[in-house]
Amino acid sequence: MVSQVAKPMAADPREQIMRFAPAILLAIVLLAAPLVLSDFRTNLLGKILTFGILALSLDLIWGYAGMLSLGHSVFFGLGAYSFAMYLKLEASAGGLPDFMFWSGLKELPFFWVPFQHVWIALPMVVIIPGVLAGAIGYLVFRSRITGVYFALITQAFALIVSILFIGQQPYTGGTNGLTNLTSVFGHSIYNPSTQLALYFISVGVLIAAYLLCVGIVSSPFGRLLVAIRDDENRVRFSGYDPALIKTAVYCVSAALAGIGGALFAPQVGIVSPTMMGIVPSIEVAVWVAVGGRGTLIGAIIGAVIVNYAKTLLSESFPDIWTYFLGALFIGSVLLFPRGIIGLLRREGWRWPDWIKVARGRTATLGSITSGIWGGIK
Amino acid sequence: MTDPAAWGLQVFNGLSMGSIFLLVALGLALSFGLMNIINLAHGEFIMIGAYTTYSIQQAAISFTGGPASGVTFLIAIPVAFLVAATVGFLIERIIIRHLYGRSLDTLLATWGVGLGLQQLARSIFGAPNVQVVSPGWLSGTIKITSTLVLPMKRIFIILLVVVCVGGLFWYLYRSAWGRRTRAVMQNRQMASSLGVATNQVDSLTFAMGSGLAGVAGCALALLGPIGPSMGTFYIVDAFIVVILGGLGQIPGTILAALLIGMLNSLFEFSTTAVIGKVLVFALVILFLQWKPKGLMQMRGR
Repeated sequence: MVSQVAKPMAADPREQIMRFAPAILLAIVLLAAPLVLSDFRTNLLGKILTFGILALSLDLIWGYAGMLSLGHSVFFGLGAYSFAMYLKLEASAGGLPDFMFWSGLKELPFFWVPFQHVWIALPMVVIIPGVLAGAIGYLVFRSRITGVYFALITQAFALIVSILFIGQQPYTGGTNGLTNLTSVFGHSIYNPSTQLALYFISVGVLIAAYLLCVGIVSSPFGRLLVAIRDDENRVRFSGYDPALIKTAVYCVSAALAGIGGALFAPQVGIVSPTMMGIVPSIEVAVWVAVGGRGTLIGAIIGAVIVNYAKTLLSESFPDIWTYFLGALFIGSVLLFPRGIIGLLRREGWRWPDWIKVARGRTATLGSITSGIWGGIK
Repeated sequence: MTDPAAWGLQVFNGLSMGSIFLLVALGLALSFGLMNIINLAHGEFIMIGAYTTYSIQQAAISFTGGPASGVTFLIAIPVAFLVAATVGFLIERIIIRHLYGRSLDTLLATWGVGLGLQQLARSIFGAPNVQVVSPGWLSGTIKITSTLVLPMKRIFIILLVVVCVGGLFWYLYRSAWGRRTRAVMQNRQMASSLGVATNQVDSLTFAMGSGLAGVAGCALALLGPIGPSMGTFYIVDAFIVVILGGLGQIPGTILAALLIGMLNSLFEFSTTAVIGKVLVFALVILFLQWKPKGLMQMRGR
C-alpha cells in the first residue's frame, strides 16, 4: 500500500517553504510560459492545465481517500457540456443549433432553454457533476462498495454515460458532440487575446483549486479521509459515517472536475462524448500515478508532463505513443509507485524481484540513479 | 412485441449472450477469488482467442488452397485456449505477481498490458476488422415451432460454454490442482503452510481464466467481426456480471451472467440498445443496495 500520511505542520518556516517550493515554482513557470511559447502552444498548455484540474480532483479522492474512480472524465465532460451548451447557443445567435436542425428538431428542447443564460449555465458546471456524484456516490458508499468494486462500477458508469450521449443525437449532438463553438462572451475563441485570457483564467483556477485541495487535506476532514483510506471500519467504529464523508469528498471532486471541463470547452472549441468514455477516464489515473498520488502537486505535474509528451509523440508517431502509454501504466505502478514527486524525494524507485536479482550482479545502475536524484535534492 | 416467438428468440439470444459473458467472467471471478486482483486486460484474451481462430483459418485456407473446412474451427477452439492461456501465464509471471495486495495498482498495470496487446494486434493484423468464415455445419437453423427458429451457431455456443463450465467444475472439484486452488481461495496462509505451492496455483488459475476468455473469443468470432479492441465491448458487461455475482463466487457468476445476458437482450428488444444498457446498470446498482456482496457471498466470520 502506498501511504502518504499527512504530516503535522512543520514549525520551521524554511521547511514550509520547501514543502510548497514545487508548487510555487510551477506557478511561476506557468505564469511566465506565454512569454516564451507561441500562441498555439500556449493554447495547448491552457488545455492541458484543465486536465491538471481534473487530475487534481482525482488525486483528492484516490490519493487521500483511496477511492479510484475510473469514470472521472464523465464529470469533466458534464462540466464541459454544461458550458458548451451555453456557448453553442451563443454561436447559433438565437437560432436552433445546427445539429438539432439536421436532426429535424423544430424547437429547443426544454432542458436546453435555461442554458441560454450564462448565470444558469455557469452554476450548472458545478451543480450537475456534483449532484450526480452525490447520488451515485451515496448509493455506492452506503452499501459499502469499496476498492476494486468501486473502480469497476465507475468504469461501467463512464461507459453508460458516454453511450447515452452518443445515442441522443438530436439533444447532445451524438458522436460529434457540440462543435463549432466560435465565441465566448462575444470574443472569438480563435483570437489570440481571448486564448491568452482563457489561459490565465485556467492558471488562476488551477491555483485556486490546488489551494482548496491543500486546505481540504490538511484540515481535520482531510485526516478523516486518510483514516478512511487506511482503515474504514475503524473510522466507522469511532462514530463517523464513512459513507457521508466519502460522498462529500466525491461531490467536491466531481465539481472540481466539472470546472476543469468548463474551461476546456472554450479553449478547444469542441466537446464530444469520446472525452468521457472509459479510455480517457483511466488515462487520468495514469497522470496522477506518474506525478505521484497523494501529493496534490504531483497530480498537476503528471497531467502536464504526460499530456505534453502525448502531444509531442502522437503528432509524429501515434503507434509508439500507445506502446509508451501502456508502458507508462505498468511502469508507474511497478517501478515508481510514488511517481515523479516520490522520485524527487528519493523514496520512490522500486525494483521488481526479477530485476533485483539481475541488479545484484550488475549493481551500479541503482546507485547511479540515486546519485543523480541526490544531486537534484 | 406481443409475438411469443419473438420473445422466445430474445430469451434464447440472451441465453447465448449470457453464456459468452459467463466464459469471460469466470476467469475474472477466479482470479479475484484467488488473488484479489482484477485483470483489465482480460478483454484482450477474447481478442487473442478470436485472432487465433482467424489465423488458423487463414493458414488452413492457404495450406489446402480451398475454402476452410468445418474441422478447422474445431481445432481452433483448443488452440485459442492454449494461446490465450500462455499469454495469461506470462503476464501473471512477469507483472501481476509483483502487485499482490495492491488491487487498484493491478487495475492500472493490467490496463497498460491491454493497451500494449491491442496495439500489437493492430500492428500484426492491421486496424480494420477481419472476419471468420463460419463452418458449413454451423450455418443452419433449427425449427422449434413454425415461428421460432434458432440459429445453429448460437446453440453451438451454448453447448461449448456448457462443456467449458463442466470442465472447469471437474478441474476444481475432482482434480488435485483444483483442490489446491479451492484451498488457497479459502485460506491462503493456511494452504501455504500445509505445503500448497500457492504461486503455482495462482499462475495456473490465471492462465486457465485467460484460456476461457480465449475460447469466448473463438465463439465471438462466429458472431461478428474481429478487431483489435473487440474485447472492450464485452469486458464491462463481464465486470458487471462479476460484481453482481459476488466477486470470487463461481455459482453466483453463472447465475449473474445468464441474468445479465437475458436482461440485456430483453431490454434491448423492448427499448433500444443504449437504454437497455442504462437500465441494466441501474438495476445492478439498485440490487447492490439490497445485497451489497452480490447474488452469492462467501460466509463471513
